[in-house]
Amino acid sequence: MGSTGQTAKAAGGRLGALTGWIDERFPMTKLWKEQVSEYYAPKNMNFWYFFGSLAMLVLVIQILTGIFLTMNYKPSSAEAFGSVEYIMRDVEWGWLIRYMHSTGASAFFIVVYLHMFRALLYGSYQKPRELLWIFGMLIYLLLMGEAFFGYLLPWGNMSYWGAQVIVSLFGAIPVAGDFLMEWIRGDFYISDITLNRFFALHVIALPLALVFLVIAHLMALHEVGSNNPDGVEIKKVKGPDGIPLDGIAFHPYYTVKDMVGVGVFLILFSLVIFYAPTMGGYFLEYANFDPANPLQTPPHIAPVWYFTPFYAILRAVPSKPLGAALMGLAVVLFIFLPWLDRGKVKSIRYRGPLFKFFLYSFAIAFVVLGWLGLQAPTPLYTNLARFFTVVYFAFFLLMPWYTSVDKTKPVPTRVTYHAH
Amino acid sequence: MRTKLLVLAAALAPVAAFAAGGGGAHLDQANNDITNKASLQRGASNFVNYCLGCHSAKYVRYNRMAADIGLTEQQLIDNLMFTAESPHDTMRIGINADDAKRWFGVVPPDLSLMARSRGTDYIYTFLRSFYADPAKATGSNNLVLPGTAMPHVLWELQGVQEAVWAGEPNAQGDVSHEFKEFRLATPGKLTAEEYDAFVRDTVNFLEYMAEPAQLQRRSLGFPVIAFLVFFTLLAWALKKEYWKDVK
Repeated sequence: MGSTGQTAKAAGGRLGALTGWIDERFPMTKLWKEQVSEYYAPKNMNFWYFFGSLAMLVLVIQILTGIFLTMNYKPSSAEAFGSVEYIMRDVEWGWLIRYMHSTGASAFFIVVYLHMFRALLYGSYQKPRELLWIFGMLIYLLLMGEAFFGYLLPWGNMSYWGAQVIVSLFGAIPVAGDFLMEWIRGDFYISDITLNRFFALHVIALPLALVFLVIAHLMALHEVGSNNPDGVEIKKVKGPDGIPLDGIAFHPYYTVKDMVGVGVFLILFSLVIFYAPTMGGYFLEYANFDPANPLQTPPHIAPVWYFTPFYAILRAVPSKPLGAALMGLAVVLFIFLPWLDRGKVKSIRYRGPLFKFFLYSFAIAFVVLGWLGLQAPTPLYTNLARFFTVVYFAFFLLMPWYTSVDKTKPVPTRVTYHAH
Repeated sequence: MRTKLLVLAAALAPVAAFAAGGGGAHLDQANNDITNKASLQRGASNFVNYCLGCHSAKYVRYNRMAADIGLTEQQLIDNLMFTAESPHDTMRIGINADDAKRWFGVVPPDLSLMARSRGTDYIYTFLRSFYADPAKATGSNNLVLPGTAMPHVLWELQGVQEAVWAGEPNAQGDVSHEFKEFRLATPGKLTAEEYDAFVRDTVNFLEYMAEPAQLQRRSLGFPVIAFLVFFTLLAWALKKEYWKDVK
């Protein structure tokens, strides 16, 4: 420690002296080196590897805009709707802050779904990254809760009835259902009390847990090292200096690369904010511009798009308790992927045709179910939803079989990379 | 199977959630232009003269509205404000909610956000779809929102139109409600084209009120995105430079 401080002092003058002073008391330089400048990431990470850093960017956007929204929002059933309009009209730049937050919610799910799909493509959940994957899945579960609680806060009519429908799912649980619903709402219906507790959960409880889990997710990642599109462990082939031959320092190589991703993301993000903040009713639903009315439902209740694949599964099952159970299972099954997958290879590049078939079918099923969940049910749509529900679950439940009999290709010892 | 689904739907939302809203009538396109200041000013005048008696716009502030649509505070006070409010106030109304409920059966809804929750085409078509219906207490009905409690406030301008139904009256005297066309029974002060333009200006103002920041939002979009494109190109060039030594 002492010697690091001395060198820094010699190199950087006063600033170096300050760094040295801190390093003797706090592992600042050590952390920077371990986590960033001497964290070696595979050099062949592709497009799919942008979404982790983008998810962190969106988390920061949500927290910062959330702080400013909280300064002007009133969590009471009498004032909530009006305070959101106050933010939209009378608060300086309030409309921009609000649209960043509402667009950020949808952007978060887009980015996280792509991030999760990357893990499925390249087997990033496999040994030794099981715990990294579980932390990630817990983040996803919290994110769903965060989105659900936040959606009630504008106190629009869709907020109200959406919360009503989702809370009523807990009523499907045998025996304890009614008690649970009352316990969640804190009342016999969605009321001011419910709004207050959802506000508390949305602005402090869940974000705090989210931040801790993101830190745990990153620590686990930097312990085991990043996976890559070849699914090759770069730590197995090291140079004489102990640095993986296929590894490059995260900083500056991936910090500059991620900056390009950030730029492209922010362009798309801004296009929505400035030109289509409601995104045709998908990011901000039209019925939510009517204040909450316990006596009148919106013409058609559907959750926001990021929940609709699961909503379609719920509706596809004729029995409500069974539907709710399957819906829960559809979310939770992801956690068990590291143990459902018996494959010897990680990456889709070396997987056999069976895995490819089931993975692509699953991706199609997820998108189609998402679309179906937005539509009013018809007999045809219900049958389609049933078919794709089966496809969805087949991916998970048949995985131990098709991954163990699949014809895989030999995996190289080094990553494939062509210098640009 | 279908009944089971209905049971499921009913279980999900205690009050039937999938009942159709409105009459499902075909909507005409409003084709209003939110950047047209003259149209917004005419719309504001229409709104305060014909709507603001019963409908509030409680989130819309007079002076901000005036500034956005290109009026000075004096022009605002002279032309758009008739009572004792100050320009700093929002567009509230004197009507008592209990009285309104007694007179109309419902409290006339606040119109601040109507264009966002129903859409401009809906309001444009609604205001042009009143027809004489002696069976109604107000003497009129509406094709877009059948049974609406709102009287045809603009009859003096549009005149009174009658609905022509496709079917013949049945034994009970009920006409099949397959709409064919409107026929103008009593002409109003405005021609059909003038009335459409009047409604279009009003709808334009309603769209402005629903999101006053939209003019600002659209004009800010271009410089922000231009900067981001420049930033991204710079970041891309930097990335290329750094990655030269990755072999």
